[in-house]
Amino acid sequence: MYNKKWKILYERSDNVIRKDSYVEVHIIVLSSEDRTAKIPEETKKVPYEMFVKGFLVNDADLKEEVSIKTITGRVVKGILIKENPTYELGYGNYVSHIMKIKEILRDEIDG
Amino acid sequence: MDKTYEAIMARKNEILLKSVGLDYKEFENDGIGFDFEKMMDSTGYDYDLMETIQRDNGVGNTPLLDLKNITKLARKYAKPGYGAKILLKDEACNASGSFKARRASISVYHAKKLGFKGVIAATSGNYGAAVASQAAKHGLKCIIVQECYDSELKGQPEIIEKARKCEAFGAEVVRLTVGPELFYQLLLLLEETGYFNASLYTPFGIGGVETLGYELAIQTKEKYGKFPESVVCTNAGGGNLTGTARGLLRANADSLVIAASVNLSGLHMASDKDFNKKSFTTGHTGFGIPFSINPDRSDVPRSAGRPLRYMDEYYTVSQGEVFFVTEMLAELEGLERGPAGNTSLAVAFSLAQKMKEDEIIVVQETEYTGAGKHIQPQLSFAIENGINVEFGNPKDEVPGKSIILPRNPSLISARKLNIDDLRKSYLRSVIKVHSLTKNNLVDTDYLCEELRIDKNKLEKLLGEI
Repeated sequence: MYNKKWKILYERSDNVIRKDSYVEVHIIVLSSEDRTAKIPEETKKVPYEMFVKGFLVNDADLKEEVSIKTITGRVVKGILIKENPTYELGYGNYVSHIMKIKEILRDEIDG
Repeated sequence: MDKTYEAIMARKNEILLKSVGLDYKEFENDGIGFDFEKMMDSTGYDYDLMETIQRDNGVGNTPLLDLKNITKLARKYAKPGYGAKILLKDEACNASGSFKARRASISVYHAKKLGFKGVIAATSGNYGAAVASQAAKHGLKCIIVQECYDSELKGQPEIIEKARKCEAFGAEVVRLTVGPELFYQLLLLLEETGYFNASLYTPFGIGGVETLGYELAIQTKEKYGKFPESVVCTNAGGGNLTGTARGLLRANADSLVIAASVNLSGLHMASDKDFNKKSFTTGHTGFGIPFSINPDRSDVPRSAGRPLRYMDEYYTVSQGEVFFVTEMLAELEGLERGPAGNTSLAVAFSLAQKMKEDEIIVVQETEYTGAGKHIQPQLSFAIENGINVEFGNPKDEVPGKSIILPRNPSLISARKLNIDDLRKSYLRSVIKVHSLTKNNLVDTDYLCEELRIDKNKLEKLLGEI
Protein backbone atom coordinates (compact mmCIF):
# COMPACT_ATOMS: atom_id res chain seq x y z
CA MET A 1 0.00 0.00 0.00
CA TYR A 2 2.82 2.37 0.71
CA ASN A 3 4.73 3.02 -2.42
CA LYS A 4 7.45 5.56 -3.05
CA LYS A 5 4.93 8.34 -3.13
CA TRP A 6 4.04 7.85 0.54
CA LYS A 7 7.60 7.63 1.80
CA ILE A 8 8.27 11.22 0.87
CA LEU A 9 5.46 12.20 3.15
CA TYR A 10 6.91 10.80 6.30
CA GLU A 11 8.59 13.41 8.43
CA ARG A 12 10.84 12.09 11.24
CA SER A 13 11.30 8.38 11.48
CA ASP A 14 13.79 7.96 14.34
CA ASN A 15 12.08 8.62 17.67
CA VAL A 16 8.72 7.58 18.92
CA ILE A 17 6.07 10.28 18.66
CA ARG A 18 4.57 11.10 22.03
CA LYS A 19 0.93 11.02 23.02
CA ASP A 20 -0.80 14.43 22.60
CA SER A 21 1.58 15.50 19.81
CA TYR A 22 -0.14 17.31 16.92
CA VAL A 23 -0.04 14.94 13.93
CA GLU A 24 -1.61 14.08 10.62
CA VAL A 25 -3.04 10.74 9.54
CA HIS A 26 -3.83 9.22 6.17
CA ILE A 27 -6.87 7.07 5.43
CA ILE A 28 -7.90 5.18 2.32
CA VAL A 29 -11.62 5.90 2.18
CA LEU A 30 -12.37 3.81 -0.90
CA SER A 31 -10.02 1.51 -2.77
CA SER A 32 -9.94 2.02 -6.50
CA GLU A 33 -12.29 -0.99 -7.04
CA ASP A 34 -14.88 0.49 -4.69
CA ARG A 35 -15.02 3.91 -6.34
CA THR A 36 -18.15 5.22 -8.02
CA ALA A 37 -18.49 4.28 -11.66
CA LYS A 38 -19.30 7.80 -12.80
CA ILE A 39 -15.74 9.17 -12.87
CA PRO A 40 -13.02 9.47 -15.51
CA GLU A 41 -10.69 6.49 -15.99
CA GLU A 42 -7.64 8.20 -14.47
CA THR A 43 -9.58 8.96 -11.28
CA LYS A 44 -11.09 5.48 -11.08
CA LYS A 45 -7.59 4.00 -11.22
CA VAL A 46 -6.48 5.56 -7.91
CA PRO A 47 -7.90 5.14 -4.39
CA TYR A 48 -10.00 7.81 -2.70
CA GLU A 49 -7.89 9.18 0.13
CA MET A 50 -8.34 11.41 3.15
CA PHE A 51 -6.07 13.41 5.49
CA VAL A 52 -6.99 14.54 8.99
CA LYS A 53 -5.02 16.39 11.69
CA GLY A 54 -5.34 16.00 15.45
CA PHE A 55 -3.70 14.99 18.73
CA LEU A 56 -2.17 11.54 19.08
CA VAL A 57 -4.05 9.33 21.56
CA ASN A 58 -1.08 7.01 22.38
CA ASP A 59 2.69 7.05 21.74
CA ALA A 60 3.38 5.71 18.24
CA ASP A 61 5.82 5.48 15.35
CA LEU A 62 5.29 6.82 11.88
CA LYS A 63 3.52 4.40 9.50
CA GLU A 64 1.61 2.80 12.40
CA GLU A 65 -2.16 2.78 12.54
CA VAL A 66 -3.11 5.21 15.31
CA SER A 67 -6.04 7.07 16.77
CA ILE A 68 -6.10 10.84 16.93
CA LYS A 69 -8.46 13.27 18.57
CA THR A 70 -9.37 16.13 16.26
CA ILE A 71 -10.03 19.72 17.34
CA THR A 72 -13.78 19.01 17.26
CA GLY A 73 -13.25 16.01 19.56
CA ARG A 74 -13.74 13.26 16.98
CA VAL A 75 -11.55 10.18 17.29
CA VAL A 76 -10.18 9.19 13.89
CA LYS A 77 -8.09 6.13 12.99
CA GLY A 78 -5.46 6.30 10.28
CA ILE A 79 -1.83 5.76 9.35
CA LEU A 80 0.46 8.23 11.09
CA ILE A 81 2.30 10.22 8.43
CA LYS A 82 3.41 13.53 9.98
CA GLU A 83 4.38 15.07 13.27
CA ASN A 84 3.80 18.80 13.73
CA PRO A 85 2.16 19.36 10.33
CA THR A 86 2.58 22.96 9.20
CA TYR A 87 1.75 25.16 6.22
CA GLU A 88 4.21 25.16 3.40
CA LEU A 89 2.32 27.38 1.02
CA GLY A 90 3.86 30.63 -0.12
CA TYR A 91 4.13 32.91 -3.11
CA GLY A 92 5.83 30.44 -5.48
CA ASN A 93 8.69 31.49 -7.73
CA TYR A 94 9.19 34.95 -9.16
CA VAL A 95 7.05 35.23 -12.30
CA SER A 96 8.42 37.81 -14.72
CA HIS A 97 5.06 38.13 -16.49
CA ILE A 98 3.67 40.10 -13.55
CA MET A 99 6.30 42.83 -13.95
CA LYS A 100 5.54 42.87 -17.66
CA ILE A 101 1.83 43.47 -16.95
CA LYS A 102 2.78 46.43 -14.75
CA GLU A 103 4.91 47.83 -17.58
CA ILE A 104 2.10 47.40 -20.13
CA LEU A 105 -0.38 49.15 -17.80
CA ARG A 106 1.97 52.07 -17.13
CA ASP A 107 2.59 52.56 -20.84
CA GLU A 108 -1.15 52.52 -21.53
CA ILE A 109 -1.96 54.99 -18.74
CA ASP A 110 0.84 57.38 -19.67
CA GLY A 111 0.43 57.01 -23.41
CA MET B 1 -24.56 0.92 11.29
CA ASP B 2 -23.40 0.01 7.80
CA LYS B 3 -21.00 2.65 6.56
CA THR B 4 -20.30 1.29 3.09
CA TYR B 5 -20.71 3.58 0.11
CA GLU B 6 -23.97 1.89 -0.97
CA ALA B 7 -25.46 1.91 2.53
CA ILE B 8 -24.68 5.57 3.15
CA MET B 9 -25.99 6.67 -0.23
CA ALA B 10 -29.17 4.69 0.47
CA ARG B 11 -29.62 6.68 3.71
CA LYS B 12 -28.93 9.98 1.92
CA ASN B 13 -32.40 11.52 2.25
CA GLU B 14 -32.73 10.59 5.90
CA ILE B 15 -29.29 12.06 6.74
CA LEU B 16 -29.98 15.26 4.81
CA LEU B 17 -33.40 15.75 6.36
CA LYS B 18 -31.93 15.55 9.85
CA SER B 19 -28.94 17.73 9.12
CA VAL B 20 -30.62 20.59 7.25
CA GLY B 21 -33.77 20.76 9.32
CA LEU B 22 -35.93 21.33 6.22
CA ASP B 23 -38.34 18.81 4.81
CA TYR B 24 -37.95 19.38 1.10
CA LYS B 25 -40.99 17.18 0.39
CA GLU B 26 -43.16 20.07 1.56
CA PHE B 27 -42.14 22.12 -1.46
CA GLU B 28 -42.54 19.43 -4.13
CA ASN B 29 -45.29 19.64 -6.77
CA ASP B 30 -47.05 16.53 -8.02
CA GLY B 31 -45.07 16.61 -11.25
CA ILE B 32 -41.39 17.38 -11.66
CA GLY B 33 -41.21 20.83 -10.15
CA PHE B 34 -41.29 22.43 -6.72
CA ASP B 35 -42.43 25.69 -5.18
CA PHE B 36 -39.24 27.80 -5.15
CA GLU B 37 -40.73 30.83 -3.39
CA LYS B 38 -42.33 28.68 -0.71
CA MET B 39 -38.91 27.14 -0.06
CA MET B 40 -37.24 30.57 0.12
CA ASP B 41 -39.93 31.76 2.58
CA SER B 42 -39.64 28.64 4.71
CA THR B 43 -36.51 29.87 6.47
CA GLY B 44 -38.50 32.26 8.63
CA TYR B 45 -35.89 34.98 8.13
CA ASP B 46 -37.15 38.12 6.46
CA TYR B 47 -34.81 40.65 4.92
CA ASP B 48 -34.55 42.92 7.98
CA LEU B 49 -33.74 40.02 10.27
CA MET B 50 -31.04 38.74 7.91
CA GLU B 51 -29.54 42.22 7.77
CA THR B 52 -29.50 42.45 11.57
CA ILE B 53 -27.88 39.01 11.93
CA GLN B 54 -25.22 40.02 9.42
CA ARG B 55 -24.50 43.41 11.05
CA ASP B 56 -24.14 41.69 14.42
CA ASN B 57 -21.54 39.30 13.01
CA GLY B 58 -19.17 41.42 10.94
CA VAL B 59 -20.94 40.83 7.66
CA GLY B 60 -22.29 43.20 5.00
CA ASN B 61 -22.36 46.94 4.53
CA THR B 62 -19.19 46.71 2.45
CA PRO B 63 -17.94 49.75 0.52
CA LEU B 64 -18.87 50.42 -3.10
CA LEU B 65 -15.72 51.73 -4.74
CA ASP B 66 -15.42 53.88 -7.85
CA LEU B 67 -12.69 52.33 -10.03
CA LYS B 68 -11.78 55.65 -11.63
CA ASN B 69 -8.48 54.61 -13.16
CA ILE B 70 -9.78 51.34 -14.58
CA THR B 71 -12.81 53.19 -15.97
CA LYS B 72 -10.45 55.72 -17.58
CA LEU B 73 -8.44 52.91 -19.17
CA ALA B 74 -11.59 51.17 -20.48
CA ARG B 75 -12.69 54.48 -22.05
CA LYS B 76 -9.41 54.65 -23.92
CA TYR B 77 -10.53 51.65 -25.99
CA ALA B 78 -14.18 52.68 -26.37
CA LYS B 79 -15.89 54.85 -29.04
CA PRO B 80 -16.26 58.53 -28.07
CA GLY B 81 -19.09 58.91 -25.55
CA TYR B 82 -18.80 55.26 -24.49
CA GLY B 83 -17.19 53.58 -21.47
CA ALA B 84 -19.48 53.07 -18.47
CA LYS B 85 -18.41 53.92 -14.94
CA ILE B 86 -17.13 50.74 -13.25
CA LEU B 87 -17.98 50.35 -9.56
CA LEU B 88 -16.75 47.56 -7.30
CA LYS B 89 -18.47 46.13 -4.24
CA ASP B 90 -15.53 45.31 -1.99
CA GLU B 91 -16.79 42.08 -0.46
CA ALA B 92 -13.31 41.18 0.76
CA CYS B 93 -14.16 43.51 3.68
CA ASN B 94 -16.55 40.92 5.15
CA ALA B 95 -15.40 38.81 8.12
CA SER B 96 -13.58 35.86 6.45
CA GLY B 97 -12.73 37.91 3.34
CA SER B 98 -15.45 37.22 0.79
CA PHE B 99 -19.18 37.55 0.07
CA LYS B 100 -19.55 33.95 1.25
CA ALA B 101 -19.76 35.36 4.79
CA ARG B 102 -23.28 36.51 3.86
CA ARG B 103 -24.30 32.93 3.09
CA ALA B 104 -22.60 31.44 6.13
CA SER B 105 -23.96 34.05 8.55
CA ILE B 106 -27.58 32.95 8.14
CA SER B 107 -26.86 29.20 8.01
CA VAL B 108 -24.69 29.21 11.12
CA TYR B 109 -27.09 31.47 13.04
CA HIS B 110 -29.88 29.06 12.16
CA ALA B 111 -27.84 26.03 13.27
CA LYS B 112 -27.19 27.72 16.60
CA LYS B 113 -30.88 28.62 17.01
CA LEU B 114 -31.93 25.03 16.34
CA GLY B 115 -29.51 23.81 19.02
CA PHE B 116 -26.97 22.04 16.81
CA LYS B 117 -23.54 21.67 18.45
CA GLY B 118 -21.64 22.13 15.22
CA VAL B 119 -21.78 22.78 11.49
CA ILE B 120 -20.30 20.99 8.48
CA ALA B 121 -19.79 22.31 4.99
CA ALA B 122 -18.40 20.63 1.89
CA THR B 123 -16.37 23.25 0.04
CA SER B 124 -12.86 23.89 -1.23
CA GLY B 125 -13.63 27.56 -1.56
CA ASN B 126 -14.07 30.76 0.42
CA TYR B 127 -17.29 29.37 1.82
CA GLY B 128 -15.32 27.09 4.16
CA ALA B 129 -13.55 30.05 5.74
CA ALA B 130 -16.89 31.85 5.96
CA VAL B 131 -18.60 28.99 7.81
CA ALA B 132 -15.56 28.53 10.08
CA SER B 133 -15.50 32.25 10.87
CA GLN B 134 -19.20 32.42 11.72
CA ALA B 135 -18.98 29.17 13.72
CA ALA B 136 -16.16 30.74 15.76
CA LYS B 137 -18.35 33.78 16.41
CA HIS B 138 -21.30 31.64 17.56
CA GLY B 139 -19.19 29.17 19.56
CA LEU B 140 -20.13 26.19 17.38
CA LYS B 141 -17.80 23.40 16.31
CA CYS B 142 -17.01 23.27 12.62
CA ILE B 143 -15.81 20.70 10.10
CA ILE B 144 -14.93 21.68 6.55
CA VAL B 145 -14.68 18.93 3.93
CA GLN B 146 -12.37 19.83 1.05
CA GLU B 147 -11.32 18.34 -2.26
CA CYS B 148 -7.67 19.28 -1.98
CA TYR B 149 -5.14 16.94 -3.62
CA ASP B 150 -4.56 14.91 -6.75
CA SER B 151 -3.37 11.30 -6.39
CA GLU B 152 0.24 12.50 -6.26
CA LEU B 153 -0.78 14.54 -3.23
CA LYS B 154 -0.10 17.75 -4.98
CA GLY B 155 -2.46 20.30 -3.50
CA GLN B 156 -3.90 23.30 -5.34
CA PRO B 157 -2.20 26.25 -3.53
CA GLU B 158 -5.45 28.21 -3.32
CA ILE B 159 -7.24 25.31 -1.60
CA ILE B 160 -4.35 24.76 0.81
CA GLU B 161 -4.58 28.42 1.78
CA LYS B 162 -8.30 28.09 2.39
CA ALA B 163 -7.64 25.05 4.63
CA ARG B 164 -5.19 27.18 6.61
CA LYS B 165 -7.76 29.93 7.02
CA CYS B 166 -10.44 27.47 8.21
CA GLU B 167 -7.98 26.09 10.78
CA ALA B 168 -7.16 29.63 11.87
CA PHE B 169 -10.84 29.97 12.84
CA GLY B 170 -10.67 26.72 14.83
CA ALA B 171 -12.28 24.40 12.29
CA GLU B 172 -11.33 20.81 11.59
CA VAL B 173 -10.46 20.41 7.92
CA VAL B 174 -10.92 17.00 6.30
CA ARG B 175 -8.87 16.95 3.12
CA LEU B 176 -9.65 14.57 0.28
CA THR B 177 -8.28 13.57 -3.09
CA VAL B 178 -10.18 14.31 -6.31
CA GLY B 179 -13.58 12.74 -6.78
CA PRO B 180 -17.34 13.12 -6.34
CA GLU B 181 -17.21 10.67 -3.43
CA LEU B 182 -16.73 13.78 -1.29
CA PHE B 183 -20.51 13.69 -0.95
CA TYR B 184 -20.25 10.22 0.64
CA GLN B 185 -17.66 11.49 3.11
CA LEU B 186 -19.89 14.49 3.89
CA LEU B 187 -22.85 12.20 4.63
CA LEU B 188 -20.65 9.98 6.83
CA LEU B 189 -19.55 13.00 8.86
CA LEU B 190 -23.07 14.39 9.16
CA GLU B 191 -24.29 11.05 10.47
CA GLU B 192 -21.35 10.58 12.82
CA THR B 193 -21.49 14.05 14.39
CA GLY B 194 -25.15 15.04 14.12
CA TYR B 195 -23.98 18.52 13.05
CA PHE B 196 -25.93 20.93 10.86
CA ASN B 197 -25.28 20.73 7.11
CA ALA B 198 -24.39 24.35 6.28
CA SER B 199 -24.74 23.56 2.60
CA LEU B 200 -24.03 26.31 0.10
CA TYR B 201 -27.37 25.65 -1.53
CA THR B 202 -29.98 25.95 1.21
CA PRO B 203 -32.45 28.86 1.23
CA PHE B 204 -30.59 30.22 4.30
CA GLY B 205 -27.39 30.56 2.30
CA ILE B 206 -28.96 32.10 -0.78
CA GLY B 207 -31.24 34.36 1.26
CA GLY B 208 -28.11 35.75 2.92
CA VAL B 209 -26.83 37.00 -0.44
CA GLU B 210 -29.96 39.06 -1.07
CA THR B 211 -28.50 41.78 1.15
CA LEU B 212 -25.62 42.11 -1.32
CA GLY B 213 -27.85 42.91 -4.27
CA TYR B 214 -30.02 45.24 -2.23
CA GLU B 215 -27.06 47.11 -0.70
CA LEU B 216 -25.32 47.72 -4.00
CA ALA B 217 -28.53 48.98 -5.60
CA ILE B 218 -29.19 51.43 -2.76
CA GLN B 219 -25.54 52.54 -2.52
CA THR B 220 -25.43 53.26 -6.26
CA LYS B 221 -28.72 55.16 -6.14
CA GLU B 222 -27.70 57.25 -3.13
CA LYS B 223 -24.40 58.29 -4.69
CA TYR B 224 -25.23 58.51 -8.40
CA GLY B 225 -28.99 59.12 -8.35
CA LYS B 226 -29.95 55.94 -10.22
CA PHE B 227 -29.68 52.19 -10.15
CA PRO B 228 -26.83 50.60 -12.10
CA GLU B 229 -27.62 49.65 -15.70
CA SER B 230 -25.72 46.35 -15.27
CA VAL B 231 -24.51 44.18 -12.41
CA VAL B 232 -21.92 41.48 -13.10
CA CYS B 233 -21.89 38.39 -10.87
CA THR B 234 -19.21 35.72 -10.92
CA ASN B 235 -21.12 32.49 -11.46
CA ALA B 236 -20.25 29.00 -10.22
CA GLY B 237 -22.92 27.15 -8.20
CA GLY B 238 -25.47 29.85 -9.01
CA GLY B 239 -26.11 31.14 -5.48
CA ASN B 240 -24.22 34.39 -5.85
CA LEU B 241 -26.19 35.39 -8.92
CA THR B 242 -29.53 34.17 -7.56
CA GLY B 243 -29.19 35.97 -4.22
CA THR B 244 -27.86 39.18 -5.77
CA ALA B 245 -30.62 39.28 -8.38
CA ARG B 246 -33.29 38.78 -5.71
CA GLY B 247 -31.79 41.63 -3.69
CA LEU B 248 -31.85 43.89 -6.76
CA LEU B 249 -35.53 43.05 -7.29
CA ARG B 250 -36.26 43.88 -3.68
CA ALA B 251 -34.75 47.33 -4.26
CA ASN B 252 -36.85 47.63 -7.46
CA ALA B 253 -33.65 48.00 -9.46
CA ASP B 254 -34.08 47.10 -13.12
CA SER B 255 -30.39 46.37 -13.70
CA LEU B 256 -29.33 43.74 -16.21
CA VAL B 257 -28.02 40.71 -14.32
CA ILE B 258 -24.90 39.44 -16.04
CA ALA B 259 -23.21 36.13 -15.21
CA ALA B 260 -19.44 35.79 -15.57
CA SER B 261 -17.32 32.62 -15.47
CA VAL B 262 -13.73 31.74 -16.28
CA ASN B 263 -13.60 29.48 -19.30
CA LEU B 264 -12.26 26.05 -18.33
CA SER B 265 -13.91 24.13 -21.16
CA GLY B 266 -12.23 20.81 -21.91
CA LEU B 267 -11.12 20.19 -18.33
CA HIS B 268 -13.05 17.49 -16.46
CA MET B 269 -13.87 18.49 -12.89
CA ALA B 270 -13.60 14.90 -11.57
CA SER B 271 -10.33 14.17 -13.38
CA ASP B 272 -7.32 13.41 -11.24
CA LYS B 273 -5.09 14.63 -14.08
CA ASP B 274 -6.95 17.85 -14.85
CA PHE B 275 -7.25 18.86 -11.19
CA ASN B 276 -3.99 20.79 -11.03
CA LYS B 277 -4.06 21.98 -14.64
CA LYS B 278 -6.50 24.74 -13.75
CA SER B 279 -5.60 28.00 -12.06
CA PHE B 280 -9.11 28.74 -10.82
CA THR B 281 -10.85 26.56 -8.29
CA THR B 282 -14.14 28.44 -8.50
CA GLY B 283 -16.02 30.98 -10.58
CA HIS B 284 -15.41 28.82 -13.65
CA THR B 285 -17.51 27.17 -16.34
CA GLY B 286 -16.82 23.70 -14.87
CA PHE B 287 -19.31 24.63 -12.13
CA GLY B 288 -21.16 27.54 -13.75
CA ILE B 289 -22.60 25.62 -16.69
CA PRO B 290 -23.56 22.28 -15.07
CA PHE B 291 -25.15 24.07 -12.09
CA SER B 292 -27.12 26.36 -14.43
CA ILE B 293 -28.52 23.50 -16.47
CA ASN B 294 -29.13 21.23 -13.48
CA PRO B 295 -29.16 23.16 -10.18
CA ASP B 296 -30.33 20.11 -8.25
CA ARG B 297 -26.99 18.33 -8.68
CA SER B 298 -25.93 19.95 -5.37
CA ASP B 299 -25.77 18.42 -1.88
CA VAL B 300 -29.40 19.19 -0.95
CA PRO B 301 -32.55 17.85 -2.68
CA ARG B 302 -33.45 21.27 -4.12
CA SER B 303 -30.85 23.95 -4.63
CA ALA B 304 -31.86 27.51 -3.80
CA GLY B 305 -29.31 28.74 -6.36
CA ARG B 306 -31.21 28.79 -9.66
CA PRO B 307 -29.37 31.19 -11.97
CA LEU B 308 -31.41 30.70 -15.15
CA ARG B 309 -34.38 32.23 -13.29
CA TYR B 310 -32.54 35.55 -13.07
CA MET B 311 -29.74 35.73 -15.61
CA ASP B 312 -30.05 38.21 -18.50
CA GLU B 313 -26.69 37.48 -20.15
CA TYR B 314 -23.77 35.10 -19.57
CA TYR B 315 -20.16 35.83 -20.52
CA THR B 316 -16.91 33.92 -20.17
CA VAL B 317 -13.35 35.21 -19.91
CA SER B 318 -10.03 33.38 -19.98
CA GLN B 319 -7.74 32.69 -17.03
CA GLY B 320 -5.15 35.02 -18.59
CA GLU B 321 -7.66 37.89 -18.77
CA VAL B 322 -8.62 37.48 -15.10
CA PHE B 323 -4.98 37.37 -14.00
CA PHE B 324 -4.34 40.53 -16.02
CA VAL B 325 -7.20 42.48 -14.42
CA THR B 326 -6.15 41.22 -10.99
CA GLU B 327 -2.81 42.92 -11.55
CA MET B 328 -4.66 45.94 -13.00
CA LEU B 329 -6.68 46.29 -9.79
CA ALA B 330 -3.48 46.30 -7.73
CA GLU B 331 -1.47 48.53 -10.06
CA LEU B 332 -4.11 51.12 -10.97
CA GLU B 333 -6.46 51.11 -7.98
CA GLY B 334 -4.19 50.04 -5.12
CA LEU B 335 -6.41 47.06 -4.28
CA GLU B 336 -4.85 43.65 -3.89
CA ARG B 337 -7.64 41.09 -4.19
CA GLY B 338 -7.83 37.37 -5.07
CA PRO B 339 -8.00 36.39 -8.74
CA ALA B 340 -11.21 34.28 -8.84
CA GLY B 341 -13.32 37.14 -7.48
CA ASN B 342 -12.06 39.32 -10.31
CA THR B 343 -13.74 37.22 -12.99
CA SER B 344 -16.64 39.65 -13.00
CA LEU B 345 -14.21 42.59 -13.16
CA ALA B 346 -12.66 41.20 -16.36
CA VAL B 347 -16.13 40.91 -17.88
CA ALA B 348 -17.10 44.41 -16.69
CA PHE B 349 -13.91 45.94 -18.15
CA SER B 350 -14.89 44.53 -21.53
CA LEU B 351 -18.65 45.29 -21.38
CA ALA B 352 -18.17 48.84 -20.06
CA GLN B 353 -16.58 49.74 -23.38
CA LYS B 354 -19.86 48.97 -25.17
CA MET B 355 -21.96 50.96 -22.71
CA LYS B 356 -22.49 54.74 -22.72
CA GLU B 357 -20.29 56.99 -20.60
CA ASP B 358 -23.18 58.00 -18.32
CA GLU B 359 -24.08 54.39 -17.56
CA ILE B 360 -22.94 52.36 -14.55
CA ILE B 361 -21.75 48.78 -14.34
CA VAL B 362 -21.23 47.20 -10.92
CA VAL B 363 -18.82 44.37 -10.20
CA GLN B 364 -20.52 42.79 -7.19
CA GLU B 365 -17.67 41.06 -5.37
CA THR B 366 -14.01 40.85 -4.45
CA GLU B 367 -12.24 38.25 -2.31
CA TYR B 368 -9.18 38.37 -0.05
CA THR B 369 -5.82 37.29 -1.38
CA GLY B 370 -2.57 35.99 0.13
CA ALA B 371 -0.10 33.12 -0.02
CA GLY B 372 -1.36 30.43 -2.39
CA LYS B 373 -4.27 32.50 -3.71
CA HIS B 374 -2.29 35.42 -5.06
CA ILE B 375 -1.58 35.79 -8.79
CA GLN B 376 2.14 34.95 -8.37
CA PRO B 377 1.80 31.53 -6.65
CA GLN B 378 -1.02 30.66 -9.05
CA LEU B 379 1.04 31.52 -12.15
CA SER B 380 4.13 29.88 -10.63
CA PHE B 381 2.07 26.72 -9.96
CA ALA B 382 0.72 26.74 -13.52
CA ILE B 383 4.26 26.96 -14.95
CA GLU B 384 5.36 24.09 -12.63
CA ASN B 385 2.51 21.99 -14.00
CA GLY B 386 3.60 22.46 -17.58
CA ILE B 387 1.13 25.20 -18.53
CA ASN B 388 2.51 27.55 -21.14
CA VAL B 389 2.18 31.10 -19.77
CA GLU B 390 2.73 33.78 -22.39
CA PHE B 391 1.51 37.12 -23.77
CA GLY B 392 -0.72 37.18 -26.82
CA ASN B 393 -4.41 37.22 -27.64
CA PRO B 394 -6.43 35.63 -24.79
CA LYS B 395 -8.87 34.11 -27.27
CA ASP B 396 -6.10 31.65 -28.19
CA GLU B 397 -5.89 30.27 -24.63
CA VAL B 398 -6.48 26.50 -24.30
CA PRO B 399 -7.51 25.63 -20.71
CA GLY B 400 -5.13 23.07 -19.24
CA LYS B 401 -2.47 23.85 -21.84
CA SER B 402 -1.92 27.59 -21.88
CA ILE B 403 -2.59 30.83 -20.07
CA ILE B 404 -2.50 33.72 -22.52
CA LEU B 405 -2.11 37.10 -20.85
CA PRO B 406 -3.36 39.91 -23.10
CA ARG B 407 -0.42 41.75 -24.68
CA ASN B 408 -2.58 44.86 -24.47
CA PRO B 409 -5.64 45.59 -22.27
CA SER B 410 -7.64 46.33 -25.44
CA LEU B 411 -7.58 42.55 -26.11
CA ILE B 412 -9.66 41.78 -23.00
CA SER B 413 -12.92 40.71 -24.56
CA ALA B 414 -15.71 38.82 -22.80
CA ARG B 415 -17.32 36.11 -24.93
CA LYS B 416 -21.11 35.82 -24.82
CA LEU B 417 -22.75 32.45 -24.28
CA ASN B 418 -26.09 31.72 -25.86
CA ILE B 419 -28.54 31.41 -22.94
CA ASP B 420 -31.00 29.54 -25.16
CA ASP B 421 -28.37 26.82 -25.52
CA LEU B 422 -28.23 26.56 -21.72
CA ARG B 423 -32.03 26.47 -21.56
CA LYS B 424 -32.07 23.64 -24.08
CA SER B 425 -29.47 21.75 -22.07
CA TYR B 426 -31.62 22.29 -18.97
CA LEU B 427 -34.61 20.80 -20.79
CA ARG B 428 -32.55 17.83 -22.02
CA SER B 429 -31.43 17.24 -18.46
CA VAL B 430 -35.01 17.38 -17.09
CA ILE B 431 -36.22 14.99 -19.80
CA LYS B 432 -33.41 12.57 -18.99
CA VAL B 433 -33.62 12.74 -15.19
CA HIS B 434 -37.41 12.27 -15.14
CA SER B 435 -37.54 9.82 -18.07
CA LEU B 436 -39.91 12.04 -20.03
CA THR B 437 -40.21 12.75 -23.72
CA LYS B 438 -40.53 16.10 -25.44
CA ASN B 439 -44.21 15.42 -26.06
CA ASN B 440 -45.31 14.38 -22.58
CA LEU B 441 -43.70 17.16 -20.54
CA VAL B 442 -45.47 17.99 -17.30
CA ASP B 443 -45.27 21.10 -15.13
CA THR B 444 -44.73 23.41 -18.06
CA ASP B 445 -45.52 26.44 -15.88
CA TYR B 446 -42.67 25.43 -13.62
CA LEU B 447 -40.31 24.99 -16.57
CA CYS B 448 -41.23 28.45 -17.85
CA GLU B 449 -40.42 29.93 -14.43
CA GLU B 450 -37.16 28.03 -14.21
CA LEU B 451 -36.05 29.23 -17.63
CA ARG B 452 -37.67 32.67 -17.47
CA ILE B 453 -39.54 32.17 -20.73
CA ASP B 454 -43.15 31.97 -21.92
CA LYS B 455 -44.99 28.91 -23.27
CA ASN B 456 -44.36 29.84 -26.91
CA LYS B 457 -40.65 30.07 -26.27
CA LEU B 458 -40.74 26.73 -24.43
CA GLU B 459 -42.39 25.13 -27.47
CA LYS B 460 -39.78 26.66 -29.75
CA LEU B 461 -36.86 25.43 -27.63
CA LEU B 462 -38.36 21.94 -27.36
CA GLY B 463 -38.65 21.89 -31.12
CA GLU B 464 -34.95 22.57 -31.42
CA ILE B 465 -33.72 19.79 -29.15
